[in-house]
Amino acid sequence: MDELKKIAKENRAKNTIWTIVIFALLIFWSFIVLFPFYWMVLTSLKSYSAYNAEYIPQFITLSPTLENYIQAFTAVPLARYFVNTIIFTLVTTILMMIIVVLSAFAFSRLEFKGKNLVFTAFLSLMMIPNELVIITNFVTISNLGLRNTYLGLILPSVTSVFYIYLLKENFEQIPDELYKAAKVDGTSDFKYLYKVMIPISKPTIVTIFILKVIECWNAYVWPRLITDDENYFLVSNGIQTIRESGFGRENIPAMMAAVVVISLPLIIIFLIFHKKIMEGVSRGGTKG
Amino acid sequence: MSNKNNLKGWLYLLPALVFIGIFMVYPLIDVFVYSFEEGYNFASQTYNGVGLFNYSYVLHDPYFIQALKNTFILVIITVPLSTGIALLISLALNSLNRFKDLFQTIFFLPYVTNTLAVGLVFMILFKKSAYSDGLINLLLNSVGISSIDFIEGPYWAKMFVLCFYTIWVVLPFKILILTSALASVNKDFYKVAKVDGTSRIRTFFRITLPMISPSLFYLIITGFIGAFKAYSDVVALFGTDLNSAGMNTIVGYVYDMLYGNSGGYPSFASAAALILFAIVLTITVINLIVSRRKVYYQ
Amino acid sequence: MKIILDHLTKKFVSIHNKKEIVTAVNDFNFEIPDGVLIGLLGPSGCGKSTTLNLICGLENPTEGRIFFGENDITDLPPESRGVGMVFQNYALYPHMSVKANIMFPLENLKGDKKLSKAEIEERALKAAKVVEIDELMERKPSELSGGQQQRVAIARALVKTPNVLLLDEPLSNLDARLRLQTREQIRRIQKETKITTVFVTHDQEEAMSISDLIVVMNKGVLQQMGKPQEVYNNPKNLFVAKFLGTPAINVFDGKIKDGYLYIGENKIRKAQADDQDVYVAIRPEGFIVSEKGVLECEFDRVETTGRDTSIISHNPNCISDDDIRTIVDADEKIIVNDNKIRFDLKDHKTYIFSKTDEKVMNV
Repeated sequence: MDELKKIAKENRAKNTIWTIVIFALLIFWSFIVLFPFYWMVLTSLKSYSAYNAEYIPQFITLSPTLENYIQAFTAVPLARYFVNTIIFTLVTTILMMIIVVLSAFAFSRLEFKGKNLVFTAFLSLMMIPNELVIITNFVTISNLGLRNTYLGLILPSVTSVFYIYLLKENFEQIPDELYKAAKVDGTSDFKYLYKVMIPISKPTIVTIFILKVIECWNAYVWPRLITDDENYFLVSNGIQTIRESGFGRENIPAMMAAVVVISLPLIIIFLIFHKKIMEGVSRGGTKG
Repeated sequence: MSNKNNLKGWLYLLPALVFIGIFMVYPLIDVFVYSFEEGYNFASQTYNGVGLFNYSYVLHDPYFIQALKNTFILVIITVPLSTGIALLISLALNSLNRFKDLFQTIFFLPYVTNTLAVGLVFMILFKKSAYSDGLINLLLNSVGISSIDFIEGPYWAKMFVLCFYTIWVVLPFKILILTSALASVNKDFYKVAKVDGTSRIRTFFRITLPMISPSLFYLIITGFIGAFKAYSDVVALFGTDLNSAGMNTIVGYVYDMLYGNSGGYPSFASAAALILFAIVLTITVINLIVSRRKVYYQ
Repeated sequence: MKIILDHLTKKFVSIHNKKEIVTAVNDFNFEIPDGVLIGLLGPSGCGKSTTLNLICGLENPTEGRIFFGENDITDLPPESRGVGMVFQNYALYPHMSVKANIMFPLENLKGDKKLSKAEIEERALKAAKVVEIDELMERKPSELSGGQQQRVAIARALVKTPNVLLLDEPLSNLDARLRLQTREQIRRIQKETKITTVFVTHDQEEAMSISDLIVVMNKGVLQQMGKPQEVYNNPKNLFVAKFLGTPAINVFDGKIKDGYLYIGENKIRKAQADDQDVYVAIRPEGFIVSEKGVLECEFDRVETTGRDTSIISHNPNCISDDDIRTIVDADEKIIVNDNKIRFDLKDHKTYIFSKTDEKVMNV
């Protein structure tokens, strides 16, 4: 009897310790994840003189100011970067969606000669790293005289073999009977795509859309290669320029204000759609 | 099958084919061509010979050697470490009944943030400047370690920040994949194991690990590929002039050869890109061979 | 080993509504004698699986104690209780062979209980022989049929020679034919090993056919416990009467008036009780066709399925189903006059339940 009590007690103690360890680990990592965001916002609210007077960084500020945000928009063309990024993101994403939907439909519902061959070729392209093709693309766009244009930024990014594949898989889950029924009713392929398949696959399409928006918003390498005129910079390039020459290089609170402004749109999108985004990514997205 | 149907199929595919042809297939062939054209002149688009000179040049370029070394160190440190930490965190997450969604959402946050932007915050946290030693040094001082400049200081310090930031950036994806893999393991296995008195360690190694091995393995492969292609997080921390910072990576080297102050050499860039591709391919093949023996597929 | 559940209660916070408290098991109080096979029976969500989890220690009770023999094991972790458990989907480790699966629990033993490799293999083989799968030891679970997997799961539970064997819906993943076979197997294994066995099911026929005792549960409350036939013959309340038996019992709105039981205008029999509305429940086999029968119904059709003849009829007072289903002998004469059929009722197959608490009235 006493022995049983001892086992019960040990078991309880073990479980308690385990729970504490688990929560300690999770809270510790949450802190590491969130701290940079906190520091970013905090610094952006400190005035330039106050920040520079702090030899020992302060964890709170008692006199928050928005002057850095005003500076971020006046001293550097942050608004310009913003508009560029929005144009780039929306146009690229919408064009890509059209192309992806059309191709996925062709692969999943239409029968034509050479379909399997093309699809296999598409799949094998998924393994090709961007770094290999970017060199020639840079030369192509330069030769076409499209450097420092929206077109030059957008064109190479409007296809994604991976999203075609993802959507095709989704389209194929729509029962064949629906397509046959539509054919019997004399519905055209395009109308069927538009009226039936797209609405049914809406969750996947929305997921792809959001993922592509995130990708575009954070694009850095290609825009950096293809633009050297500030008027066509995207936010990532803008940040890099600010870091290297903006605000006299030393105005860190103003830089942080710019960083907050740039990060905010995606964080808002994330907070609204986090379930969708995480589900989409776990279904096979990769970073960038 | 009628011709009309054939035509229609190709018509729907046409936009994708055009863009993929111009921006993926053609460049893929072209990159090989470039890499063998010697003395290519970007302005006149002429070259004076065909051979392996570009490869030889790249492989003898001290900047490339440095980039190669940096990349390998980064890969060797961050891939196992990030996978391990992700596994640990996912296991902890998976054992929660409450707050699981909250923690999961927090941990995923870095995935959607701009690498360049947050990198700037990391730089400020780690940087030692004339005005301030920075927050991290403050912490180090409090445990009796003197300040180090992590951004422009010794090589190991810079490498440490880079690895730390890289792990911070890649972890959300890995945690997400592993938590969903863990969640998809039938709970009854754990119940049986518990009733049978299986210790936590043994449950992990004999049941959990084999069950999630496909996902774990997928993460290791993509982790290797991703780490070998490291670039923008390096730029975020050390700026665009990576060669002088001594922190360049292979991908950084490719872009530097293509564009910027040292740019204008698409041939060298192509050769370097193909060397990178060969390395990644080799590692992936080795990974696949290992997995044949180690991974349990249902 | 005898199992005692002493005022056992388990409450949950509802998954759907965080503020709502669900009582999965409500004040259970019963004793399972040593060496019997007991069936926990009830519709899904009645708390039977929770009861099983409480017994094996995967969940902790909110209130009450559990005893194995004389020992209070309420606070013990599962591994210290000496229970073996078989899950509905068997939960065989798919990456291990049958042999490795059966050996797994023994390899967990530590300290002075630790067994040598040879002992482990020997005991695994012995357990495999009991369930007759010793030929399949090197296979992977995916290469086995459902029934074989089920037996491997039982072998894995038996190999530790547990004090108590717990089976959670062990047959529900099998097809009808295998189910019959496997249930005989379970019966045989239990008789051979004499391990106290608790077995959860929603299938009343299954429970009735192999259990020494059944416990009928509904909404976390114990309804009745006893030998299967006893419970069937003497249901304590309307729920038990309705839950046991196929085809299901026929329930009518009735009333007691002036010492007589009525269904509609039909005077059924004497009943000494105050005047009140009641439920009258009649087993399908409780009807006898008779020209002068006490209950008049609208004749619909006759269905013959093998040895049984069913008469389908209607009565406006029947509330269990549109159809009144009665089973009669195949050679019984069916008398229909003017589309009406009359039945006499067997007393011991006719039950009266109070409308206020649905408990049986022995009047």
